[in-house]
Amino acid sequence: MAAVSQSAMTAEPSVSSPKMTARDLNLFYSDNQALFDVNLDIVERQVTALIGPSGCGKSTFLRCMNRMNDTIDGVTINGEVTLDGRDIYDKRIDVVQLRARIGMVFQKPNPFPKSIYDNVAYGPRIHGLVNSRDELDEIVMTSLERAGLLKEVKDRLQSPATGLSGGQQQRLCIARAVAVSPEVILMDEPCSALDPIATAKVEELIDELRSNYTIVIVTHSMQQAARVSQRTAFFHLGKLVEVGETDQIFTNPKDERTKGYITGRFG
Amino acid sequence: MSLSFLLLAVAALCALSFYFGRQRAVALSGGRYSNLHSLPAHYGTYVALWCGLPALLLLLVWHIFQGSIIEAMIIAELPSEITGDSGQLSLALNSISLIAADNGQHLTVSPEVIDAGHRLANLQSIANAALVVVMLTGASIGVSLSYRKISPDLRARNNVERISRWVMIACSAIAILSTVGIVFSLLFEALHFFSKINPVDFLFGLEWSPQTAIRADQVASDGAFGAIPLFVGTLLITIIAMCVAVPVGLFSAIYMGEYASSKFRAVAKPALEILAGVPTVVYGFFAALTVAPFLRNNGAILGLDVSSESALAAGLVMGVMIIPFVSSLSDDVMSQVPQSLRDGSYGLGATKSETIRHVIFPAALPGIVGAVLLAVSRAIGETMIVVMAAGLAANMTVNPLQAVTTVTVQIVTLLVGDQEFDSAKTLSAFALGLVLFLVTLGLNVFALKVVQKYREKYD
Repeated sequence: MAAVSQSAMTAEPSVSSPKMTARDLNLFYSDNQALFDVNLDIVERQVTALIGPSGCGKSTFLRCMNRMNDTIDGVTINGEVTLDGRDIYDKRIDVVQLRARIGMVFQKPNPFPKSIYDNVAYGPRIHGLVNSRDELDEIVMTSLERAGLLKEVKDRLQSPATGLSGGQQQRLCIARAVAVSPEVILMDEPCSALDPIATAKVEELIDELRSNYTIVIVTHSMQQAARVSQRTAFFHLGKLVEVGETDQIFTNPKDERTKGYITGRFG
Repeated sequence: MSLSFLLLAVAALCALSFYFGRQRAVALSGGRYSNLHSLPAHYGTYVALWCGLPALLLLLVWHIFQGSIIEAMIIAELPSEITGDSGQLSLALNSISLIAADNGQHLTVSPEVIDAGHRLANLQSIANAALVVVMLTGASIGVSLSYRKISPDLRARNNVERISRWVMIACSAIAILSTVGIVFSLLFEALHFFSKINPVDFLFGLEWSPQTAIRADQVASDGAFGAIPLFVGTLLITIIAMCVAVPVGLFSAIYMGEYASSKFRAVAKPALEILAGVPTVVYGFFAALTVAPFLRNNGAILGLDVSSESALAAGLVMGVMIIPFVSSLSDDVMSQVPQSLRDGSYGLGATKSETIRHVIFPAALPGIVGAVLLAVSRAIGETMIVVMAAGLAANMTVNPLQAVTTVTVQIVTLLVGDQEFDSAKTLSAFALGLVLFLVTLGLNVFALKVVQKYREKYD
């Protein structure tokens, strides 16, 4: 068994020139170890899906990739995560700039209690990306356009974002992330609070965003992983069990545990 | 038999009836409690309530009517020359009750009154004995009726719960009625005042000197009841207090809620809340004996003329008193801002202070406004500090270095010492109290509305 999983790890060689990498990443919540020696490469301009049963560490891993775990007390991390070959846990890295390059979309839509316009303009404003109102308008419009939301909200940009539907709110959060022109977008179960129609729209959007951004998505839905991703990584009990082309993972998994999870024998 | 002994006896009777009621229910169940509609204890409680409640009710009714009935009986037997004049009558009744209480040896009164006194003592002892009999009869009738009603089908639980609901209704009615009573007593006395003094003069007059002549030949001013100087003084001190409490309270809340490590918070938060536990009279002498002289001395160094009782001293100390109030309320509303909003902001690369300024603070703003308004209403109603530190002179000034006086201070000084309860001077306290009550009530209602509206947003 162990030999099989070992061969699975080595059967998928690390890709050439990855956008982000994790090497021997361990994470502890106080005394509980949540991640064990995770090694994973993220390919540029592809969608990488992280799947696995609840509590397997996939969200924790995602939050390591833009140092969101820094805000939680009692977390210790060792190992290395790189972006374009630079360690993001290096002391010289400014976490503010890092998060501007690696955006994040959360499980529950979390628009700020401001207008639609101000929600999208939030990032560009705090990072000082614009010099004039016109430039800001431009960024807001293109971001909303990219998130496929512009048509629905262009007549009510000044109305409160909390008045939008759940699906629209989530696409607004994606627009908000896109507005700071990140290179990578991390999505933590972005559709789990949405109905099937809104989910379909967000999935369509993810597919379009792929041409400009590197996307890592955590999902509980294997259909979703199969639909939107090019690469899939399977986590189990804090360990990365298997990673590979999505087609290969779903049709011909090498590890017994992956097979069991995908065929629904445990979860 | 004294009242407390009587009550003890009733309590003992209740305990006994509980025991026997329960026993009977157990006996009727034939060993299986499931044969009964309710638990045996419910049957016991049912009987006990039927023992205690009639007795207490009778006691209450008796006490309401006993005095006036006995008085009527005494008056009926007094000669008409006494009953004819109301002043004479009340004097005689006073002597009679003194004699009845065996306290009237030194009185020189007519033999009729002495007779009446003895009769009163006699009547009272009869009444007390009768009360015992009536209460015990009431209790035993209640017990025997309810005891006989016990059967497996009796819905004792429902009955007991219905009675306990009425008890709770009575308790809340007491709370509400006493509030209503306070408001009405304020209102009537204030109306009484306004029949002597024009309300327009009171609300908009610029001079406050409530010293009126008590005797017609006394040399004194006519009294001026213009409350504006008091309102100005109150406002001035409140503003000074808010200038201290709002920034300090708010920033400490932000630090505690967003920056402080949990270890520091565990120590610092209770320490801050100790401030709220300091009695206001302690703040008062702190203001009067420490802060005011300090301000005066330092003012002298700067060439400022600070009076020894200054609005500044009172306001500063009052502000310190209100800090924990502002900080714990705004801490509450800020911690209610969901973590997901913080994550969203951090995820976009915002720093902590940007997140607080642009996301948390605006989201919590309505709640913070509510907290500040509640604090304002506390400051307006605060008494002890200003009594001790702000002074009594009704100066019409907005200079914080001078002595001013507030509505609460004037109420205190108007009602301390011997008073005539129908002079305009005394009654003006009620008018001031009414204004104070209306202002703080208005502020509280408004603030609670604001806070509530905010709460709904994230639920």
